[in-house]
Amino acid sequence: MKLIFEKSIPGRGQDIFPACDVPVALPAEDKLRKAEVHLPEISENEMGRHYTALAKRAHGVNDGFYPLGSCTMKHNPRINEKMANLPGFAKLHPLQPAHTVEGANALIADLEKMLCEITGMDGVTFQPAAGAHGEFTGLLLIKAYHTDRGDTERSEILVPDAAHGTNPASATMAGYKTVVIKSNESGTVDLDDLKAHLGPKTAGLMLTNPNTVGLFDPNIMEITRLVHEAGGLCYYDGANLNAVIGIVRPADIGFDVIHMNLHKTFSTPHGGGGPGSGPCAYKDFLAPFAPGLVCKDGEYVRAEKSIGNMTGFYGNFLVMVKAYAYLLTIGKDVHTLAENAVLNANYMQEKLKDLYPIAFDTTCMHEFVIGLDPIYRKTHVSALDVAKALLDYGIHPPTIYFPLIVHEALMIEPTETETKETLDEAIKAFREIYERIFNAPESVQMAPQTTPVLRLDDTKAAREPHLRYEF
Amino acid sequence: MIDPKELKYSRDDEWLRYDGDDAYVGITDYAQSELGDLVFVNLPEVGDEVVAGEPFGDVESVKAVADVYSPISGEVLEVNEDILDDASLINSDPYGAWFVKVGNISETVELLSADEYDEYRG
Repeated sequence: MKLIFEKSIPGRGQDIFPACDVPVALPAEDKLRKAEVHLPEISENEMGRHYTALAKRAHGVNDGFYPLGSCTMKHNPRINEKMANLPGFAKLHPLQPAHTVEGANALIADLEKMLCEITGMDGVTFQPAAGAHGEFTGLLLIKAYHTDRGDTERSEILVPDAAHGTNPASATMAGYKTVVIKSNESGTVDLDDLKAHLGPKTAGLMLTNPNTVGLFDPNIMEITRLVHEAGGLCYYDGANLNAVIGIVRPADIGFDVIHMNLHKTFSTPHGGGGPGSGPCAYKDFLAPFAPGLVCKDGEYVRAEKSIGNMTGFYGNFLVMVKAYAYLLTIGKDVHTLAENAVLNANYMQEKLKDLYPIAFDTTCMHEFVIGLDPIYRKTHVSALDVAKALLDYGIHPPTIYFPLIVHEALMIEPTETETKETLDEAIKAFREIYERIFNAPESVQMAPQTTPVLRLDDTKAAREPHLRYEF
Repeated sequence: MIDPKELKYSRDDEWLRYDGDDAYVGITDYAQSELGDLVFVNLPEVGDEVVAGEPFGDVESVKAVADVYSPISGEVLEVNEDILDDASLINSDPYGAWFVKVGNISETVELLSADEYDEYRG
Protein backbone atom coordinates (compact mmCIF):
# COMPACT_ATOMS: atom_id res chain seq x y z
CA MET A 1 0.00 0.00 0.00
CA LYS A 2 1.24 3.48 -0.87
CA LEU A 3 1.83 6.22 1.68
CA ILE A 4 -0.34 9.30 1.35
CA PHE A 5 2.78 11.24 0.29
CA GLU A 6 3.27 8.81 -2.58
CA LYS A 7 -0.30 9.40 -3.72
CA SER A 8 0.25 13.15 -3.79
CA ILE A 9 0.02 14.86 -7.20
CA PRO A 10 1.17 18.50 -7.44
CA GLY A 11 -1.72 20.91 -7.88
CA ARG A 12 -4.38 18.46 -6.79
CA GLY A 13 -6.07 19.32 -3.56
CA GLN A 14 -9.03 20.43 -1.60
CA ASP A 15 -8.43 24.16 -1.73
CA ILE A 16 -11.64 25.84 -0.65
CA PHE A 17 -10.17 29.30 -0.18
CA PRO A 18 -10.77 31.94 -2.86
CA ALA A 19 -7.80 33.83 -4.31
CA CYS A 20 -6.31 36.30 -1.84
CA ASP A 21 -7.70 39.81 -2.43
CA VAL A 22 -6.01 41.64 0.46
CA PRO A 23 -2.35 42.72 0.83
CA VAL A 24 -0.06 39.86 1.91
CA ALA A 25 1.80 40.46 5.19
CA LEU A 26 4.66 38.04 5.83
CA PRO A 27 6.58 37.56 9.10
CA ALA A 28 10.10 38.98 9.33
CA GLU A 29 12.68 37.35 7.05
CA ASP A 30 14.44 35.47 9.90
CA LYS A 31 11.12 33.98 11.02
CA LEU A 32 10.34 32.56 7.59
CA ARG A 33 10.67 28.84 6.98
CA LYS A 34 13.69 27.98 4.85
CA ALA A 35 12.70 24.52 3.65
CA GLU A 36 9.62 23.70 1.63
CA VAL A 37 6.65 22.27 3.52
CA HIS A 38 5.86 18.74 2.42
CA LEU A 39 2.11 18.32 2.51
CA PRO A 40 0.34 15.69 0.46
CA GLU A 41 -1.80 17.09 -2.37
CA ILE A 42 -4.78 14.81 -2.76
CA SER A 43 -8.53 15.14 -3.27
CA GLU A 44 -10.96 14.67 -0.39
CA ASN A 45 -12.35 11.53 -2.03
CA GLU A 46 -8.93 9.92 -2.43
CA MET A 47 -7.92 10.92 1.10
CA GLY A 48 -11.08 9.37 2.57
CA ARG A 49 -10.37 6.13 0.71
CA HIS A 50 -6.76 6.12 1.85
CA TYR A 51 -7.63 6.29 5.52
CA THR A 52 -10.55 3.88 5.19
CA ALA A 53 -8.15 1.38 3.58
CA LEU A 54 -5.70 1.86 6.46
CA ALA A 55 -8.49 1.35 8.99
CA LYS A 56 -9.50 -1.92 7.31
CA ARG A 57 -5.96 -3.22 7.73
CA ALA A 58 -5.86 -2.45 11.44
CA HIS A 59 -7.54 -4.25 14.34
CA GLY A 60 -9.33 -2.09 16.87
CA VAL A 61 -11.73 -2.84 19.67
CA ASN A 62 -14.55 -2.23 17.16
CA ASP A 63 -13.24 -5.05 14.94
CA GLY A 64 -13.04 -7.85 17.44
CA PHE A 65 -11.83 -9.26 20.74
CA TYR A 66 -8.86 -7.32 22.15
CA PRO A 67 -7.65 -9.03 25.36
CA LEU A 68 -4.44 -6.99 25.65
CA GLY A 69 -3.40 -7.57 29.27
CA SER A 70 -3.03 -4.49 31.49
CA CYS A 71 -4.53 -2.26 28.78
CA THR A 72 -8.26 -2.61 29.57
CA MET A 73 -9.44 -2.46 25.95
CA LYS A 74 -13.12 -2.24 26.83
CA HIS A 75 -15.93 -0.92 24.67
CA ASN A 76 -16.18 2.88 24.55
CA PRO A 77 -19.88 3.76 24.68
CA ARG A 78 -20.87 6.09 21.83
CA ILE A 79 -22.79 8.38 24.15
CA ASN A 80 -19.42 9.51 25.56
CA GLU A 81 -18.41 10.77 22.12
CA LYS A 82 -21.76 12.47 21.63
CA MET A 83 -21.35 14.42 24.88
CA ALA A 84 -17.74 15.38 24.10
CA ASN A 85 -18.89 16.66 20.70
CA LEU A 86 -21.40 19.10 22.18
CA PRO A 87 -20.21 22.50 20.92
CA GLY A 88 -20.46 23.96 24.43
CA PHE A 89 -17.59 21.61 25.38
CA ALA A 90 -15.82 21.02 22.08
CA LYS A 91 -15.44 24.66 21.06
CA LEU A 92 -14.08 26.11 24.30
CA HIS A 93 -10.79 27.96 24.39
CA PRO A 94 -8.52 27.36 27.39
CA LEU A 95 -7.92 31.09 27.82
CA GLN A 96 -11.61 31.95 28.18
CA PRO A 97 -12.44 33.78 31.44
CA ALA A 98 -13.80 31.48 34.12
CA HIS A 99 -17.24 33.11 34.15
CA THR A 100 -17.79 32.13 30.49
CA VAL A 101 -17.06 28.43 31.10
CA GLU A 102 -18.99 27.76 34.28
CA GLY A 103 -20.47 24.57 32.84
CA ALA A 104 -17.07 23.13 32.03
CA ASN A 105 -15.73 24.07 35.46
CA ALA A 106 -18.77 22.52 37.13
CA LEU A 107 -18.13 19.32 35.16
CA ILE A 108 -14.50 19.24 36.32
CA ALA A 109 -15.55 19.82 39.93
CA ASP A 110 -18.26 17.17 39.72
CA LEU A 111 -15.94 14.60 38.13
CA GLU A 112 -13.37 15.34 40.84
CA LYS A 113 -16.01 14.59 43.47
CA MET A 114 -16.90 11.29 41.78
CA LEU A 115 -13.29 10.19 41.47
CA CYS A 116 -12.70 11.10 45.13
CA GLU A 117 -15.66 8.92 46.05
CA ILE A 118 -14.26 6.03 43.97
CA THR A 119 -10.71 6.31 45.33
CA GLY A 120 -11.34 7.61 48.85
CA MET A 121 -8.95 10.48 48.17
CA ASP A 122 -9.56 14.18 48.91
CA GLY A 123 -8.53 15.98 45.73
CA VAL A 124 -7.73 15.35 42.07
CA THR A 125 -5.53 17.08 39.51
CA PHE A 126 -6.55 16.47 35.92
CA GLN A 127 -3.32 17.81 34.43
CA PRO A 128 -1.56 14.50 33.68
CA ALA A 129 -2.10 13.53 30.04
CA ALA A 130 -1.85 9.75 30.56
CA GLY A 131 -0.93 7.06 33.08
CA ALA A 132 2.85 7.40 33.28
CA HIS A 133 2.45 11.18 33.42
CA GLY A 134 0.11 10.63 36.38
CA GLU A 135 2.74 8.46 38.09
CA PHE A 136 5.37 11.14 37.54
CA THR A 137 3.00 13.77 38.99
CA GLY A 138 2.28 11.57 42.04
CA LEU A 139 5.99 11.07 42.68
CA LEU A 140 6.66 14.81 42.41
CA LEU A 141 3.93 15.33 45.03
CA ILE A 142 5.62 12.77 47.30
CA LYS A 143 8.96 14.48 46.75
CA ALA A 144 7.53 17.95 47.42
CA TYR A 145 5.98 16.63 50.64
CA HIS A 146 9.25 15.20 51.98
CA THR A 147 11.27 18.23 50.89
CA ASP A 148 8.79 20.64 52.46
CA ARG A 149 9.23 18.86 55.80
CA GLY A 150 13.00 19.19 55.50
CA ASP A 151 13.23 15.41 55.09
CA THR A 152 15.77 15.42 52.26
CA GLU A 153 17.52 12.08 52.80
CA ARG A 154 14.74 10.02 51.24
CA SER A 155 16.11 9.01 47.85
CA GLU A 156 14.55 5.61 47.14
CA ILE A 157 11.27 4.41 45.67
CA LEU A 158 10.40 0.75 46.23
CA VAL A 159 8.87 -1.01 43.24
CA PRO A 160 7.87 -4.70 43.13
CA ASP A 161 9.43 -6.82 40.36
CA ALA A 162 5.96 -7.42 38.88
CA ALA A 163 5.34 -3.68 38.42
CA HIS A 164 4.49 -1.96 35.16
CA GLY A 165 7.69 -0.78 33.46
CA THR A 166 6.49 2.79 33.79
CA ASN A 167 6.94 2.67 37.61
CA PRO A 168 10.76 2.55 37.68
CA ALA A 169 10.82 4.94 34.71
CA SER A 170 8.67 7.50 36.57
CA ALA A 171 10.78 7.10 39.71
CA THR A 172 13.94 7.78 37.71
CA MET A 173 12.34 10.80 36.02
CA ALA A 174 11.46 12.16 39.46
CA GLY A 175 15.11 11.82 40.52
CA TYR A 176 14.70 8.73 42.69
CA LYS A 177 16.63 5.49 42.81
CA THR A 178 14.41 2.47 42.16
CA VAL A 179 14.74 -0.40 44.61
CA VAL A 180 13.18 -3.62 43.33
CA ILE A 181 11.17 -5.75 45.78
CA LYS A 182 10.84 -9.44 44.99
CA SER A 183 7.60 -11.33 44.56
CA ASN A 184 6.99 -14.41 46.68
CA GLU A 185 5.92 -17.84 45.46
CA SER A 186 2.27 -16.81 45.33
CA GLY A 187 3.07 -13.90 42.99
CA THR A 188 2.54 -11.06 45.47
CA VAL A 189 4.94 -8.82 47.46
CA ASP A 190 7.51 -10.71 49.55
CA LEU A 191 7.08 -9.12 52.99
CA ASP A 192 10.57 -10.07 54.21
CA ASP A 193 12.18 -8.52 51.15
CA LEU A 194 10.04 -5.40 51.64
CA LYS A 195 11.10 -5.11 55.30
CA ALA A 196 14.75 -5.59 54.33
CA HIS A 197 14.61 -2.62 51.97
CA LEU A 198 12.57 -0.16 54.05
CA GLY A 199 14.49 2.50 55.94
CA PRO A 200 15.34 6.16 56.36
CA LYS A 201 16.03 6.44 52.61
CA THR A 202 12.55 5.22 51.65
CA ALA A 203 10.54 7.99 49.98
CA GLY A 204 7.70 5.71 49.04
CA LEU A 205 6.33 2.53 47.51
CA MET A 206 4.63 2.22 44.11
CA LEU A 207 2.18 -0.65 43.90
CA THR A 208 -0.40 -1.95 41.47
CA ASN A 209 -3.15 -3.86 43.23
CA PRO A 210 -4.26 -6.21 41.77
CA ASN A 211 -0.79 -6.61 40.36
CA THR A 212 0.26 -7.47 36.82
CA VAL A 213 -0.23 -11.21 37.33
CA GLY A 214 -3.85 -10.41 38.19
CA LEU A 215 -3.62 -11.05 41.94
CA PHE A 216 -4.92 -8.88 44.78
CA ASP A 217 -2.23 -8.67 47.46
CA PRO A 218 -3.66 -10.27 50.63
CA ASN A 219 -1.07 -8.44 52.78
CA ILE A 220 -1.88 -5.00 51.44
CA MET A 221 -2.82 -3.49 54.83
CA GLU A 222 0.46 -4.65 56.34
CA ILE A 223 2.46 -3.48 53.31
CA THR A 224 1.13 0.08 53.45
CA ARG A 225 1.48 0.14 57.26
CA LEU A 226 5.15 -0.90 57.05
CA VAL A 227 5.91 1.77 54.44
CA HIS A 228 4.23 4.45 56.58
CA GLU A 229 6.11 3.31 59.68
CA ALA A 230 9.37 3.79 57.77
CA GLY A 231 8.26 7.34 56.91
CA GLY A 232 7.45 6.66 53.25
CA LEU A 233 4.26 7.35 51.30
CA CYS A 234 2.25 4.83 49.30
CA TYR A 235 1.53 5.36 45.62
CA TYR A 236 -1.24 3.34 43.94
CA ASP A 237 -0.67 2.67 40.26
CA GLY A 238 -4.30 2.80 39.13
CA ALA A 239 -3.70 1.00 35.84
CA ASN A 240 -5.60 -2.02 37.18
CA LEU A 241 -8.37 -0.08 38.91
CA ASN A 242 -10.92 -1.77 36.64
CA ALA A 243 -10.55 -4.89 38.78
CA VAL A 244 -11.69 -3.24 42.01
CA ILE A 245 -13.61 -0.10 41.05
CA GLY A 246 -16.64 0.44 43.29
CA ILE A 247 -15.47 -2.34 45.63
CA VAL A 248 -12.07 -1.35 47.06
CA ARG A 249 -11.03 2.26 47.61
CA PRO A 250 -7.25 2.73 47.38
CA ALA A 251 -7.32 5.24 50.27
CA ASP A 252 -8.94 2.62 52.52
CA ILE A 253 -6.05 0.20 51.97
CA GLY A 254 -3.46 2.77 52.96
CA PHE A 255 -2.56 4.65 49.79
CA ASP A 256 -1.82 8.38 49.85
CA VAL A 257 -1.74 9.20 46.15
CA ILE A 258 -2.91 7.45 43.00
CA HIS A 259 -3.37 7.95 39.30
CA MET A 260 -6.29 6.65 37.27
CA ASN A 261 -6.41 6.04 33.55
CA LEU A 262 -9.62 7.68 32.32
CA HIS A 263 -8.79 6.16 28.91
CA LYS A 264 -8.90 2.63 30.37
CA THR A 265 -11.13 2.24 33.42
CA PHE A 266 -13.46 5.04 32.37
CA SER A 267 -13.94 3.91 28.77
CA THR A 268 -12.41 6.66 26.67
CA PRO A 269 -10.62 5.54 23.49
CA HIS A 270 -6.91 4.80 23.63
CA GLY A 271 -4.15 2.89 21.93
CA GLY A 272 -4.11 5.09 18.85
CA GLY A 273 -7.83 5.80 19.20
CA GLY A 274 -7.65 8.93 21.27
CA PRO A 275 -5.70 11.00 23.77
CA GLY A 276 -5.27 9.77 27.31
CA SER A 277 -5.95 11.31 30.67
CA GLY A 278 -4.24 10.17 33.87
CA PRO A 279 -5.64 12.27 36.72
CA CYS A 280 -3.75 12.04 39.98
CA ALA A 281 -5.78 11.86 43.22
CA TYR A 282 -4.25 12.63 46.60
CA LYS A 283 -5.01 12.95 50.28
CA ASP A 284 -5.46 16.41 51.83
CA PHE A 285 -1.90 16.71 53.13
CA LEU A 286 -0.61 16.67 49.53
CA ALA A 287 -3.08 19.31 48.30
CA PRO A 288 -0.72 22.29 48.92
CA PHE A 289 1.62 20.87 46.25
CA ALA A 290 -0.96 20.19 43.51
CA PRO A 291 0.02 21.23 39.98
CA GLY A 292 -1.78 23.56 37.57
CA LEU A 293 -4.66 25.93 38.09
CA VAL A 294 -7.99 25.13 39.66
CA CYS A 295 -11.15 27.19 39.49
CA LYS A 296 -12.27 28.52 42.87
CA ASP A 297 -15.19 30.93 43.23
CA GLY A 298 -14.95 31.96 39.59
CA GLU A 299 -11.18 32.57 39.69
CA TYR A 300 -8.29 30.41 38.53
CA VAL A 301 -5.91 29.86 41.43
CA ARG A 302 -2.73 27.92 42.05
CA ALA A 303 -2.02 25.75 45.11
CA GLU A 304 0.14 27.40 47.75
CA LYS A 305 3.33 25.31 47.21
CA SER A 306 2.45 23.99 43.76
CA ILE A 307 4.95 21.77 41.94
CA GLY A 308 4.14 23.86 38.84
CA ASN A 309 2.51 22.84 35.58
CA MET A 310 2.54 19.23 34.39
CA THR A 311 0.98 20.28 31.08
CA GLY A 312 -0.74 23.29 29.58
CA PHE A 313 -4.02 24.43 31.12
CA TYR A 314 -6.44 21.86 32.58
CA GLY A 315 -5.44 18.53 31.00
CA ASN A 316 -7.29 16.71 28.23
CA PHE A 317 -10.68 18.22 28.96
CA LEU A 318 -12.76 16.36 26.36
CA VAL A 319 -11.48 13.03 27.69
CA MET A 320 -12.81 14.16 31.07
CA VAL A 321 -16.19 14.88 29.47
CA LYS A 322 -16.28 11.30 28.12
CA ALA A 323 -15.36 9.78 31.48
CA TYR A 324 -18.00 11.95 33.17
CA ALA A 325 -20.65 10.79 30.69
CA TYR A 326 -19.60 7.19 31.37
CA LEU A 327 -19.88 7.56 35.15
CA LEU A 328 -23.27 9.27 34.91
CA THR A 329 -24.47 6.45 32.65
CA ILE A 330 -23.26 3.69 35.01
CA GLY A 331 -24.28 5.51 38.19
CA LYS A 332 -24.33 3.50 41.40
CA ASP A 333 -23.74 0.25 39.49
CA VAL A 334 -20.07 1.13 39.04
CA HIS A 335 -19.07 -1.97 41.04
CA THR A 336 -20.55 -4.22 38.33
CA LEU A 337 -17.66 -3.19 36.04
CA ALA A 338 -15.17 -4.84 38.38
CA GLU A 339 -17.41 -7.82 39.09
CA ASN A 340 -17.92 -8.66 35.42
CA ALA A 341 -14.29 -7.95 34.48
CA VAL A 342 -13.17 -10.42 37.18
CA LEU A 343 -15.84 -12.94 36.20
CA ASN A 344 -14.82 -12.86 32.52
CA ALA A 345 -11.14 -13.33 33.33
CA ASN A 346 -11.86 -16.24 35.65
CA TYR A 347 -14.17 -17.84 33.09
CA MET A 348 -11.43 -17.82 30.45
CA GLN A 349 -8.76 -18.96 32.90
CA GLU A 350 -10.95 -21.83 34.06
CA LYS A 351 -11.67 -22.96 30.48
CA LEU A 352 -7.99 -22.90 29.48
CA LYS A 353 -6.14 -24.15 32.54
CA ASP A 354 -6.39 -27.84 31.68
CA LEU A 355 -4.23 -27.15 28.61
CA TYR A 356 -2.20 -24.01 29.27
CA PRO A 357 0.01 -23.57 32.37
CA ILE A 358 -1.40 -20.69 34.47
CA ALA A 359 1.45 -18.72 36.09
CA PHE A 360 -0.22 -18.50 39.50
CA ASP A 361 -3.06 -20.98 39.51
CA THR A 362 -5.62 -19.41 41.81
CA THR A 363 -8.74 -17.27 41.44
CA CYS A 364 -7.59 -14.26 39.46
CA MET A 365 -8.81 -10.67 39.30
CA HIS A 366 -9.39 -8.86 35.98
CA GLU A 367 -6.59 -10.64 34.12
CA PHE A 368 -4.53 -13.82 34.23
CA VAL A 369 -1.13 -14.86 32.94
CA ILE A 370 -0.24 -18.02 31.04
CA GLY A 371 3.41 -19.08 31.45
CA LEU A 372 4.06 -20.98 28.23
CA ASP A 373 7.64 -21.88 29.22
CA PRO A 374 7.11 -25.65 29.84
CA ILE A 375 5.40 -25.97 26.45
CA TYR A 376 8.07 -23.85 24.75
CA ARG A 377 10.84 -26.07 26.19
CA LYS A 378 9.15 -29.15 24.69
CA THR A 379 7.98 -27.79 21.33
CA HIS A 380 9.90 -24.57 20.59
CA VAL A 381 6.55 -22.88 20.03
CA SER A 382 6.82 -19.57 21.89
CA ALA A 383 4.42 -17.05 23.40
CA LEU A 384 5.12 -14.87 20.35
CA ASP A 385 4.02 -17.72 18.03
CA VAL A 386 0.76 -18.22 19.94
CA ALA A 387 0.12 -14.47 19.85
CA LYS A 388 0.68 -14.40 16.09
CA ALA A 389 -1.56 -17.45 15.57
CA LEU A 390 -4.44 -15.66 17.32
CA LEU A 391 -4.36 -13.01 14.58
CA ASP A 392 -5.67 -15.59 12.10
CA TYR A 393 -8.72 -16.05 14.33
CA GLY A 394 -9.48 -12.32 14.22
CA ILE A 395 -8.32 -11.84 17.82
CA HIS A 396 -5.88 -9.18 18.94
CA PRO A 397 -3.03 -10.93 20.79
CA PRO A 398 -2.69 -10.62 24.54
CA THR A 399 0.28 -8.79 26.06
CA ILE A 400 3.34 -11.04 25.75
CA TYR A 401 6.66 -11.33 27.59
CA PHE A 402 5.23 -9.30 30.46
CA PRO A 403 5.25 -9.42 33.44
CA LEU A 404 8.96 -10.21 33.45
CA ILE A 405 8.67 -12.59 36.41
CA VAL A 406 6.80 -15.11 34.21
CA HIS A 407 8.72 -16.78 31.37
CA GLU A 408 7.00 -16.87 27.97
CA ALA A 409 4.13 -14.86 29.44
CA LEU A 410 0.76 -14.32 27.76
CA MET A 411 -1.24 -11.82 29.79
CA ILE A 412 -4.96 -11.91 29.08
CA GLU A 413 -7.48 -9.25 30.11
CA PRO A 414 -10.89 -9.85 28.53
CA THR A 415 -12.64 -6.83 30.21
CA GLU A 416 -16.30 -6.74 31.27
CA THR A 417 -17.74 -5.64 27.93
CA GLU A 418 -17.28 -8.98 26.12
CA THR A 419 -20.15 -11.45 25.82
CA LYS A 420 -19.93 -15.11 26.80
CA GLU A 421 -20.15 -15.97 23.09
CA THR A 422 -17.04 -13.89 22.31
CA LEU A 423 -15.16 -15.45 25.22
CA ASP A 424 -16.19 -18.93 24.02
CA GLU A 425 -14.92 -18.16 20.53
CA ALA A 426 -11.58 -17.03 21.96
CA ILE A 427 -11.36 -20.10 24.21
CA LYS A 428 -12.00 -22.28 21.15
CA ALA A 429 -9.20 -20.47 19.27
CA PHE A 430 -6.75 -20.94 22.16
CA ARG A 431 -7.65 -24.64 22.38
CA GLU A 432 -7.25 -25.16 18.63
CA ILE A 433 -3.87 -23.45 18.73
CA TYR A 434 -2.87 -25.78 21.56
CA GLU A 435 -3.69 -28.80 19.37
CA ARG A 436 -1.65 -27.28 16.54
CA ILE A 437 1.35 -26.68 18.84
CA PHE A 438 1.68 -30.45 19.17
CA ASN A 439 0.29 -31.67 15.83
CA ALA A 440 1.56 -29.00 13.44
CA PRO A 441 3.95 -26.75 15.36
CA GLU A 442 5.32 -25.15 12.21
CA SER A 443 1.81 -23.86 11.35
CA VAL A 444 1.90 -21.87 14.60
CA GLN A 445 5.48 -20.75 14.06
CA MET A 446 4.55 -19.54 10.55
CA ALA A 447 1.43 -17.63 11.66
CA PRO A 448 -0.21 -15.35 10.74
CA GLN A 449 -1.29 -16.34 7.24
CA THR A 450 -4.45 -14.27 6.70
CA THR A 451 -3.36 -10.77 7.74
CA PRO A 452 -2.39 -7.88 5.38
CA VAL A 453 1.25 -8.43 6.38
CA LEU A 454 2.70 -11.76 7.53
CA ARG A 455 5.29 -12.28 10.28
CA LEU A 456 7.38 -9.15 10.63
CA ASP A 457 11.09 -9.19 11.31
CA ASP A 458 11.00 -7.20 14.54
CA THR A 459 14.72 -7.77 15.12
CA LYS A 460 15.57 -6.09 11.84
CA ALA A 461 13.03 -3.35 12.55
CA ALA A 462 14.81 -2.61 15.84
CA ARG A 463 18.34 -2.95 14.47
CA GLU A 464 17.80 -0.98 11.25
CA PRO A 465 14.86 1.31 11.97
CA HIS A 466 13.59 3.61 9.24
CA LEU A 467 12.20 6.38 11.38
CA ARG A 468 11.27 9.02 8.85
CA TYR A 469 10.07 9.27 5.30
CA GLU A 470 12.66 10.68 2.95
CA PHE A 471 11.21 13.15 0.49
CA MET B 1 27.02 -24.25 23.53
CA ILE B 2 29.55 -25.48 26.12
CA ASP B 3 30.37 -22.87 28.75
CA PRO B 4 34.17 -22.31 28.70
CA LYS B 5 35.95 -23.95 31.65
CA GLU B 6 38.44 -21.11 32.18
CA LEU B 7 35.70 -18.57 32.97
CA LYS B 8 33.89 -17.87 36.23
CA TYR B 9 30.13 -17.37 36.34
CA SER B 10 27.63 -15.45 38.47
CA ARG B 11 24.12 -16.54 39.37
CA ASP B 12 22.90 -13.44 37.50
CA ASP B 13 24.25 -15.02 34.27
CA GLU B 14 27.38 -12.97 33.75
CA TRP B 15 30.82 -14.41 33.02
CA LEU B 16 34.21 -13.20 34.21
CA ARG B 17 37.57 -13.72 32.53
CA TYR B 18 40.64 -12.70 34.53
CA ASP B 19 43.43 -10.97 32.66
CA GLY B 20 46.21 -10.47 35.19
CA ASP B 21 44.73 -8.28 37.94
CA ASP B 22 41.93 -7.07 35.67
CA ALA B 23 38.88 -8.89 34.32
CA TYR B 24 36.55 -8.90 31.34
CA VAL B 25 32.80 -9.21 31.96
CA GLY B 26 30.10 -10.45 29.58
CA ILE B 27 26.79 -12.32 29.63
CA THR B 28 26.46 -16.09 29.30
CA ASP B 29 25.12 -18.13 26.41
CA TYR B 30 22.13 -19.00 28.59
CA ALA B 31 21.41 -15.28 29.15
CA GLN B 32 21.58 -14.37 25.46
CA SER B 33 19.40 -17.30 24.42
CA GLU B 34 16.77 -16.44 27.06
CA LEU B 35 16.68 -12.80 25.93
CA GLY B 36 16.54 -13.59 22.22
CA ASP B 37 17.82 -11.30 19.48
CA LEU B 38 19.56 -8.36 21.13
CA VAL B 39 19.12 -4.94 19.58
CA PHE B 40 20.64 -2.40 22.00
CA VAL B 41 23.25 -2.32 24.74
CA ASN B 42 23.93 0.39 27.32
CA LEU B 43 27.39 0.38 28.89
CA PRO B 44 29.08 2.56 31.52
CA GLU B 45 31.92 4.87 30.55
CA VAL B 46 35.63 4.38 31.06
CA GLY B 47 36.48 5.58 34.56
CA ASP B 48 33.05 4.72 36.04
CA GLU B 49 32.87 2.61 39.19
CA VAL B 50 31.02 -0.71 39.08
CA VAL B 51 29.75 -2.39 42.24
CA ALA B 52 29.52 -6.15 42.81
CA GLY B 53 25.90 -7.26 42.61
CA GLU B 54 24.66 -3.95 41.17
CA PRO B 55 23.63 -3.27 37.56
CA PHE B 56 26.26 -1.56 35.40
CA GLY B 57 24.42 -1.61 32.09
CA ASP B 58 21.48 -3.11 30.28
CA VAL B 59 20.66 -5.12 27.21
CA GLU B 60 17.53 -4.82 25.14
CA SER B 61 16.02 -7.57 23.02
CA VAL B 62 12.83 -7.55 21.00
CA LYS B 63 11.20 -9.14 24.08
CA ALA B 64 12.50 -7.14 27.01
CA VAL B 65 15.13 -4.96 28.62
CA ALA B 66 17.34 -6.62 31.25
CA ASP B 67 19.90 -5.20 33.66
CA VAL B 68 23.44 -6.53 33.48
CA TYR B 69 24.89 -7.03 36.97
CA SER B 70 28.54 -6.62 37.77
CA PRO B 71 30.11 -9.67 39.44
CA ILE B 72 32.89 -7.45 40.76
CA SER B 73 33.56 -4.03 42.24
CA GLY B 74 36.15 -1.91 40.48
CA GLU B 75 36.83 0.70 37.86
CA VAL B 76 35.91 0.44 34.18
CA LEU B 77 39.14 0.42 32.13
CA GLU B 78 37.65 -0.30 28.71
CA VAL B 79 34.24 -0.77 27.12
CA ASN B 80 33.58 -2.89 24.04
CA GLU B 81 32.54 -0.40 21.37
CA ASP B 82 31.87 -3.23 18.92
CA ILE B 83 28.78 -4.46 20.79
CA LEU B 84 27.45 -0.88 21.03
CA ASP B 85 27.49 -0.81 17.22
CA ASP B 86 26.23 -4.35 16.72
CA ALA B 87 24.45 -6.04 19.63
CA SER B 88 23.98 -9.21 17.57
CA LEU B 89 27.63 -10.09 18.34
CA ILE B 90 26.45 -11.02 21.83
CA ASN B 91 24.01 -13.54 20.34
CA SER B 92 26.52 -15.03 17.92
CA ASP B 93 29.55 -15.11 20.23
CA PRO B 94 28.54 -14.57 23.87
CA TYR B 95 31.93 -15.55 25.27
CA GLY B 96 33.87 -13.37 22.84
CA ALA B 97 31.60 -10.32 23.09
CA TRP B 98 32.85 -8.86 26.36
CA PHE B 99 31.05 -5.81 27.79
CA VAL B 100 33.62 -4.08 29.99
CA LYS B 101 37.16 -4.58 31.27
CA VAL B 102 37.39 -3.81 34.99
CA GLY B 103 40.50 -2.99 37.04
CA ASN B 104 41.23 -2.13 40.71
CA ILE B 105 39.03 -5.06 41.67
CA SER B 106 38.12 -4.88 45.34
CA GLU B 107 35.19 -7.26 45.76
CA THR B 108 33.49 -10.14 43.95
CA VAL B 109 30.10 -11.81 44.28
CA GLU B 110 30.01 -15.57 44.85
CA LEU B 111 31.32 -17.08 41.60
CA LEU B 112 30.63 -20.49 40.09
CA SER B 113 32.82 -22.76 37.97
CA ALA B 114 31.60 -23.75 34.49
CA ASP B 115 30.36 -27.11 35.82
CA GLU B 116 28.57 -25.48 38.76
CA TYR B 117 26.98 -22.90 36.45
CA ASP B 118 25.84 -25.59 33.98
CA GLU B 119 24.23 -27.43 36.87
CA TYR B 120 22.63 -24.21 38.17
CA ARG B 121 21.08 -23.38 34.79
CA GLY B 122 20.82 -27.02 33.62
